[in-house]
Amino acid sequence: MENLIALLIAAPLLGAAVLLTGGRRLDAVGHWIGTILAAVSFVFGAILFADLLGKNAEDRTLIQHLWTWIPVEGFQADVTFRLDQLSMTFVLLITGVGSLIHLYSIGYMEHDERRRRFFGYLNLFLAAMLLLVLADNYLLLYVGWEGVGLASYLLIGFWQHKPSAATAAKKAFLVNRVGDMGLSIAIMLMFTTFGTFAFGPVLGSHEKPGLVEGASEATLTGIALMLLLAACGKSAQVPLQSWLGDAMEGPTPVSALIHAATMVTAGVYLIVRSANIFNLAPDAQLVVTVVGGVTLLFGAIVGCAKDDIKKALAGSTMSQIGYMVLAAGLGPIGYVFAIMHLVTHGFFKAGLFLGAGSVMHGMNDEVDMRKYGGLRKYMPVTFVTFGLGYLAIIGFPGLSGFFSKDKIIEAAFAKGGTEGWILGGVALLGAAITAFYMTRVMLMTFFGEKRWQPDAEGHEPHPHESPKSMTIPMIVLAFGSVFAGGFFSIGDRFLHWLEPVTGHSHGDSPVSALTVTLATMVVLVIGVAIAYAQYGRRPVPVVAPRGSLLTRAARRDLLQDDFNHVVLVRGGEHLTRSLVYVDHTLVDGVVNGTAASVGGLSGRMRKLQNGYARSYAVSMFGGAAILVAATLLMRAV
Amino acid sequence: MTAPLQLAATTTLAAGTSTGEAFQFWILGTVAVIGALCTVFMKKAVHSALCLAGTMIILAVFYLANGAYFLGVVQIVVYTGAIMMLFLFVVMLVGVTAADSLKETIKGQRWLALVCGLGFGILLFAGIGNASLNEFNGLTQANSGGNVEGLATLIFTKYVFAFEITGALLITAAVGAMVLTHRERTERALTQREMAEKRVRDGKHLPPLPAPGVYARHNAVDIAGLLPDGTPSELTVSKMLRQRGQIRDVSAEALNDLKALEQRAEERLDRTEIEPATFKREASK
Amino acid sequence: MNPVNYLYLAALLFTIGATGVLIRRNAIVVFMCIELMLNACNLAFVAFSRMHGNLDGQIIAFFTMVVAAAEVVVGLAIIVSLFRSRHSASVDDASLMKL
Repeated sequence: MENLIALLIAAPLLGAAVLLTGGRRLDAVGHWIGTILAAVSFVFGAILFADLLGKNAEDRTLIQHLWTWIPVEGFQADVTFRLDQLSMTFVLLITGVGSLIHLYSIGYMEHDERRRRFFGYLNLFLAAMLLLVLADNYLLLYVGWEGVGLASYLLIGFWQHKPSAATAAKKAFLVNRVGDMGLSIAIMLMFTTFGTFAFGPVLGSHEKPGLVEGASEATLTGIALMLLLAACGKSAQVPLQSWLGDAMEGPTPVSALIHAATMVTAGVYLIVRSANIFNLAPDAQLVVTVVGGVTLLFGAIVGCAKDDIKKALAGSTMSQIGYMVLAAGLGPIGYVFAIMHLVTHGFFKAGLFLGAGSVMHGMNDEVDMRKYGGLRKYMPVTFVTFGLGYLAIIGFPGLSGFFSKDKIIEAAFAKGGTEGWILGGVALLGAAITAFYMTRVMLMTFFGEKRWQPDAEGHEPHPHESPKSMTIPMIVLAFGSVFAGGFFSIGDRFLHWLEPVTGHSHGDSPVSALTVTLATMVVLVIGVAIAYAQYGRRPVPVVAPRGSLLTRAARRDLLQDDFNHVVLVRGGEHLTRSLVYVDHTLVDGVVNGTAASVGGLSGRMRKLQNGYARSYAVSMFGGAAILVAATLLMRAV
Repeated sequence: MTAPLQLAATTTLAAGTSTGEAFQFWILGTVAVIGALCTVFMKKAVHSALCLAGTMIILAVFYLANGAYFLGVVQIVVYTGAIMMLFLFVVMLVGVTAADSLKETIKGQRWLALVCGLGFGILLFAGIGNASLNEFNGLTQANSGGNVEGLATLIFTKYVFAFEITGALLITAAVGAMVLTHRERTERALTQREMAEKRVRDGKHLPPLPAPGVYARHNAVDIAGLLPDGTPSELTVSKMLRQRGQIRDVSAEALNDLKALEQRAEERLDRTEIEPATFKREASK
Repeated sequence: MNPVNYLYLAALLFTIGATGVLIRRNAIVVFMCIELMLNACNLAFVAFSRMHGNLDGQIIAFFTMVVAAAEVVVGLAIIVSLFRSRHSASVDDASLMKL
């Protein structure tokens, strides 16, 4: 059974190879090849899942050793895959949601002449992400990690004829590099500390930690912080969040793939996978929760102000990933819920993005929500699926988001002490803002009066429902959005499934679970009510009002780019300029001064070289005289 | 000549020196220094060479006085006799009459040379003065078996390798000198007949070249002969002298000399001028 | 008289020779000055031989003479070929290496 693991990765990788090298003759069938291979990968995943379910909870770890990658004395890197409950969860999410997005892309990209290439990139993305979650050591994980970075770059910049898309791709790639640097430093630290970076020896299991137990807390904190930096890059957490909004320049299925199934989940995976390192580094854990909490609010606030439907959803993703990172930072109390929220979020966020793509598809690629309005009549299927995703993400009771988010809030309170109160409060506040901005998106898009106008060429958009290949994935994802949370939570199924890998502790919450649920409901209602009061009861202006200072800041992504520009770009420019100045004056001064003085000295010295043998003879004779004098002096002394 | 000197010296070769030797030293030493200074300051190379030869002979006498009989003789025979003759050959080859200008052309060279020379000399004198070299062992014992025999013993025992290597050096030097001065002939030498034919073909100067001037007051080959109109012809002088630029342009000078001579003869003989106009006319040409 | 006077004479002759080398331009005279310096050395060797009472100094002087002879042969050959090519025996004319 282990041998299937490699096929999981091989299928999409084969697809990428075939599609990217096959040339134009595959244009007609390329999208089907890509979709089928993604589905094949999902089928393999399902078979393996069934196999795992048939085993005892303790035996559900499959290891497949392919070959030794770097066989150097004292440095052993293997190509080995590890399939346990954690990676299995990711495999199913990635291949399942990924396959649906493939299917959706067939319709969405129908009119794009580079569709075959697009599917090649999608397959490459899946393969890299599967490699990331299946790797049995950090070095192989790093390969997948970089593969994801590459694929995201290619996909975000897929419409590279648009300068904004090309810039966004570069931005995503560069910001990710910062995180990648963190991961590589973490791997190096690990190697110098432990002498290996395989999961088994380093991490051990949650009951019996591996080599990490012997390391000093300072070292572990360093490694953990570097891993966190890596996670921040991939998962768009503060301070490396700036690429996510711009990444919306890619085709909508790419956004769905990045936000739901791949890429941004990689950071959460990394933290949860390295749980044993974080467990032993409480300081790093605290930083993780802080990063999560800050990003949670950051994304939510940005999401409130955006009029671009995809950017609003991007802010939402940032916020929801913030929840996951917050949960992951809580330690064993939160790991399971982080992953659970990740999975449910994968369903409803994919559904929301596909819905947004469907709306854009019907609206001539218009993304400004202020120019939508009343679309529920024109796109009933999209409206229903998007609405279910909306209800799930705000945590409507009984839907997926309710279960997973509620658990995270509960776990945040269970952290205990002042931290617990603060984190719980932040999570609750985030829930309220989530309710507000998602309601806003919903109301502006599907309710109210129609606000669209003819474009510059006089074509009035004709909103229409999308083709079957697009609606079917949305319907499937809507089912997931509705039922996944409940399915996981009844009888704590998900907890029992994942506990052998991540471990779990309940913590003692200062507030009861019921209180938390009730509080969540209250803030949910408040958020929805405010949004309704603002956007449901009165017409939405087509041109955005000036708004408050906070609104304007949030529209500019809370000044993240300005911050980066002032601190990093300007700072870098100043640093460079001062270094250039130092180089020109000090370094060049020394060098040129030396050269000039040597040159000047030589110019004088060369007059001694007049070519006359007699002059040289004088020098020789004088030298001899000096030698005689020296000899006499030495004898006298 | 060496035998009596040797006898005289043997008696004085003890630790000290006799009054006679002191007398000889001060007289001959002065002459040697004067000779050395003349070597340096004479304008003509041939004079320098002669002065050097004198100094060397005096040095040979000093060698003999110091008990180095063999060296003294070698100094005279080899150095003064052979090497100085070689110098003279070269001086002749380069031009015996050429006088050097003693005017210094390199700025500061003379001052530097004087300062260096004085400083070096003072230092040497100070060194010798400091060395407390008052004890003389004398060569009586070393020369007891005969000076030449003693030298021979040392050369062929202790210094035999140096001696052999010196021989190799001499051979090398001889070969080197030949290589330096040798010129390879790249084509067959023309025979006399071929040269004559070539001269006819080129159409220039078929008969032998004219003889040089005939004034026997000088080394007459360097004086150009006069053509019938009284102008000197360079063709009459050897090509080598022409190249060296050693032709005397004596036409005017010679005529004036001749004129002066004739004037003196007239005065003595109380005779009137003979055809003075013609000479003047030719001289003015 | 102290035989050290021979050494003083040798030093004087050597210095005169050396100064001559520096002052004269005619290569032949320069060469003669070098010979003068060598002879001054020989005188010193002979005087030392007498001081120490053995013949080693004379042997060295003998070798000096041989080397000087070899030097003269080669040096004069050089002067002759120099004269052939440049029509001058001045050491200052052979200053092509100057800047």
